[in-house]
Amino acid sequence: MTRSNARGWYLLLLIPYIAMLWVPSYSGRSPELAGIPFFYWYQFLWVLIAAVLTAIVYFATREPTAADEATDEPLNEELA
Amino acid sequence: MDFVALTVFVLLFILVTVLGFFAARWRRGDLDQLHEWGLAGRRFGTLITWFLLGGDLYTAYTFIAVPAAVFGTGAPGFFALPYTIIVYPFVFVVMPRLWSVCRRHHYITGADFVRGRYDSGLLALAIALTGILATMPYIALQLVGIQVVLAGMGISGEAPLVIAFVILAAYTYFSGLRAPAMIALVKDVIIYITVIVAVVVIPARLGGYGQVFAAADDALKAKNVAQGVLLAPGQYWAYATLALGSALALFMYPHSITGVLSSNSRTAIKRNAALLPAYSFLLGLIALLGFMGLAAGVQPQAPYGAQWVVPGLFLQMFPSWFVGFAFAAIAIGALVPASIMSIAAANLFTRNIWRVYFKQDVSDREESQIAKLVSLIVKAGALFFIVFLPTQYAINLQLLGGVWIIQTLPALVVGLYTRWMHRWALLAGWAVGMIVGTAMAISQNFASVYPLALGGTTIPGYAALWSVILNFAVAIVGTFLLNAASVTNGRDETADVDYTSRAAEPAHPSQLVPAPRT
Repeated sequence: MTRSNARGWYLLLLIPYIAMLWVPSYSGRSPELAGIPFFYWYQFLWVLIAAVLTAIVYFATREPTAADEATDEPLNEELA
Repeated sequence: MDFVALTVFVLLFILVTVLGFFAARWRRGDLDQLHEWGLAGRRFGTLITWFLLGGDLYTAYTFIAVPAAVFGTGAPGFFALPYTIIVYPFVFVVMPRLWSVCRRHHYITGADFVRGRYDSGLLALAIALTGILATMPYIALQLVGIQVVLAGMGISGEAPLVIAFVILAAYTYFSGLRAPAMIALVKDVIIYITVIVAVVVIPARLGGYGQVFAAADDALKAKNVAQGVLLAPGQYWAYATLALGSALALFMYPHSITGVLSSNSRTAIKRNAALLPAYSFLLGLIALLGFMGLAAGVQPQAPYGAQWVVPGLFLQMFPSWFVGFAFAAIAIGALVPASIMSIAAANLFTRNIWRVYFKQDVSDREESQIAKLVSLIVKAGALFFIVFLPTQYAINLQLLGGVWIIQTLPALVVGLYTRWMHRWALLAGWAVGMIVGTAMAISQNFASVYPLALGGTTIPGYAALWSVILNFAVAIVGTFLLNAASVTNGRDETADVDYTSRAAEPAHPSQLVPAPRT
């Protein structure tokens, strides 16, 4: 993947800003979810969406090298 | 006094104390070197960094204050959720660059980076002082978290608070950053258990979430919050600017930067930007405890006011042993950030004030000794503050701290991308931002929302955001003026490749000592 292609993926990270700072788009009560107003469950949903978007950008722009693999230990060795 | 709760609480407290001292031997390094004591040798991988930053950023004060805000004002207090959603894309993009340049040049603090980048001792001093100033009241507020849960178990007086802090100070002194990192493992596990149990059991006892929101809506309307659990249209701007300003400020705090720099790779930071939102989800659930408190009819209690909501709710809903468990989660949740904050402030003082202005030819061992000593002084100061002054002072100062720390953003973050901004223009912008931001907050009697009059309209928004925009404007205009006047902009000791590099080289002689792993 070329460098310029990789940069395009970073635009995904702008989406949570637009969604969360555009408060009137989610300030309403309906549709409710099991009695929870839209305002609340929508923001909880965005915690997940933002994390997934970040993960997508992470995998799409990853440039693994030998040096990098050596410094970041596998998770299961962490607590040793 | 509740002896069952107290026993569970004390046992968990003893467990983390033992861990705190034992941590000195964990991934053993030479603690007479500041990067070992103050950054744990930059050896934490993805998982430990996740626990450390989670324990560091989501503090006990947060767990008390966010539900209290929701309990008192309804939806506006919920801005903590969008705030912690939008902070991580920023971390993903920006913080790996800070990590790389700091690793490459053996910088331990943000002010170290600013000095190296801009060749300006004065700008670095401004960054260091702002960091220390913003951190001190934050440490003090962690004590409030402990105080509230102690009161919940019927313990009053200052002695238990002093004992807790002396223990904290001792293991921070001996083990450095390894202590809070190891304690964070335990703390985060019991916090997750507590919150998951709370958000399942409490709504079940109150008749479900629908019932909780309906009852909270009624309770807020009875308190003259006309829009109930929702935002009024006049609050949209405040909600958005508080989220954005807080998100931009969070990783300028010294304790956040310390957490980032202690990780072992850019990859660990990027992975954490995707994994730390798990704590944001948790924080959102904790915020809902405010509504559960309203639905359950918890009454604010002097002198804690609305901050009583979480302890009050737990006492009403849970058996004693679980109350002790939950309260321990909150108290231990205060120790982790307090420890990291005091280490971060000590690193700043030692590196950017002591070493520059008091004693330049300091040995590694002396440098580490000074930092350990300063970490004690910082905590003693916080304790003094809480014991002898009204809590409201610490709350007001912490609010100002957010306005202050965001003023370091132009130098720290823009500096990671370009050296276009002139060092003296950045200093001028910082000074203007500090003064105007402080004046805005004081003019509103220490409320964070300032009604900005622009042309014919007034926009109520977070004072930190308004003042940092002004800071940027001054820095940009100043840069044009200083460049036009050909004022010298110093020598940059960093190179473009430093911001994307993965390893430290060439090594500083003091860091060639091999650090044995245990």
